[in-house]
Amino acid sequence: MATPVAAPLSGLDRFLDTFFNPTVIVRYLPDLASGTLVTIGIGAATIVAGIALGLFLACLRVRRIRLFDLLIVAWADVGRALPPLVVILIFYFGLPSVGIRLSGPMVLFLVLSGTLSAFAEEIFWAGFTAIDKGQWEAGRATGLGFTTTLLHIALPQAVRLALPPLVNRALAITKMTALGSVIGVSEILSAATTAQSFSASATPLTMAAIAYLIVFLPFVVLARLLERRFAWKKA
Amino acid sequence: MSPNRPMLEIVALEKRYGDNVVLRGVDLRVARGELVFVIGPSGSGKSTMLRCCNRLEEPTAGDVLLAGRNICTGSSRDLDRLRLEIGMVFQNFNLYPHMTVVGNVMLAQRKALKRPAAEAKAKSMEMLQLVGLAHKAEAWPAELSGGQQQRVAIARALALDPKVMLFDEPTSALDPELVGSVLKVMKDLKDAGMTMLVVSHEMGFAREAADRVVFMDGGVVVEEGSPDEIFGAPKAERTRAFLSRVSG
Repeated sequence: MATPVAAPLSGLDRFLDTFFNPTVIVRYLPDLASGTLVTIGIGAATIVAGIALGLFLACLRVRRIRLFDLLIVAWADVGRALPPLVVILIFYFGLPSVGIRLSGPMVLFLVLSGTLSAFAEEIFWAGFTAIDKGQWEAGRATGLGFTTTLLHIALPQAVRLALPPLVNRALAITKMTALGSVIGVSEILSAATTAQSFSASATPLTMAAIAYLIVFLPFVVLARLLERRFAWKKA
Repeated sequence: MSPNRPMLEIVALEKRYGDNVVLRGVDLRVARGELVFVIGPSGSGKSTMLRCCNRLEEPTAGDVLLAGRNICTGSSRDLDRLRLEIGMVFQNFNLYPHMTVVGNVMLAQRKALKRPAAEAKAKSMEMLQLVGLAHKAEAWPAELSGGQQQRVAIARALALDPKVMLFDEPTSALDPELVGSVLKVMKDLKDAGMTMLVVSHEMGFAREAADRVVFMDGGVVVEEGSPDEIFGAPKAERTRAFLSRVSG
C-alpha cells in the first residue's frame, strides 16, 4: 500500500531491463550479427542445394525407370520421416567413430538440404502429376523429344504449381538452422544462448528473435504473395 | 515417291490393351490432298486409330506409312523427325498455358525444326493470319475462347509444314456457336490441298468437305465410300443403325 503508483512502473522497468537491456544489446550486437550471417549463409546454401536436388530427383522420376523410382521414393520418404535433429546428432557425434569428421556447419548444411530435397522432390512431383497428359502429347506430337518437352512444357508448369508450397517448406526447414546450436554452430540461436549465459540476461534471446524476424519475415511475405498470385491465376 | 502412292497408309493395324482388343486389323489409305472423314460410335476405335498414326499410341501390330516411310520402325529420333510431318489437332486443344499464342506456335519450330527466332516468328504470324488470329499473337491461351484456342492449335501444327493433318474430334469440346469458325479453317485447309484424316461427329461438315467417309465399329472399318454413298445409301446394317441414331 505504501507505493501503489510506482509498482506498475517498476514492473515495466523490469520487463525492459530483462528483454531489452541497452548495455547487453550493445555488448552482444556483434556476436548476434555474425550469428545472423552464419544463419543466412547456411540457410541460403540449404535452399539452393535442397531445391536443386529435389528438382533433379523429380525430373528423374518423370522418366519412370523402376530402379530410380524406388530409390527416389525411399529417399523422399525417409527424408520426410526422420527428424533432422536426430540425423544431425548421428552425423556429428556418430560419424567421427567411423573416421568421418565433418564440421558443424557442414553437418547442418548436409542434413537440412537433404531434408529439403526430400520434401521438394515430392512437391515438384505433385506438380508434374497435376499437368494434363495432353500437354506432353502436344509436345511429342510436334516432334519434340522427351527432354525438350520436359524442360519447355512440363517443367515451367510444374514449377508454377510447386512454388507456394515450396516456399513454405523451404522456410520451415531453413528455420531449423537453429538446431546448429546443439552442435556448436555459431548461428543466431547459438550466439544468443552463449551471450545469455555470460550476461545472465534474456536480452540476447530477444535479439535472436528479432534477428530471425529480419531474416525470415520477408520470405513469409513472399510466400503469401505467391499464394495470392497463384489463386488469381486459377480463377 | 510415286504420285500414286498414298500420303498415309494404315496397314493391318491392331491395338490391344491386355485382353481388350480395340483395333482388329484396320486398313486405310489417304491420298495426297484427300480429306478422309472417320465416323463411328464411341469405343469403335477411331480415335485410337488416329493416335496410332503418329504413335501417341503404340500399335500392337501392323504398320503406318507416311509417304512410303514406315513410322512404326526406326529409332525414337526418327519418330520425332517423322512427327514433324504429321500435324495433330486434339479435342482439348492442349495449348501451353504458360506461353503466349505466338510462343505456342513458335516452340516446336525453334526446338524441333531449329528455325531461327525471326523466321519462326514470321512463320507463326503467317499461320495465325491463316486462322484469323494474328491480332491475338500476344494473348494468353486462357484469354481466348475455345474456338480461338483450337484455331491456334491448328496454326501450331501447320507452322511445321506437315504433309498430313490428323484431327481428333476437333470440335467436340466447343460450344455450338464456336464450331463454325474451326470448321471454316479446316475447309480452307482442304481447299489449299492439305491431306487430312478427321475423326469427328460433324456430319454436315463431312457431307460438304469430305472426299471419303469411313465408318468404323468394333475396331474394324465396316464401310467406306463417298459422303453421298455413306449418308445417302449405306450398305451395312451397322452403318444404317449408327446414322439413324445420330441423326434421329
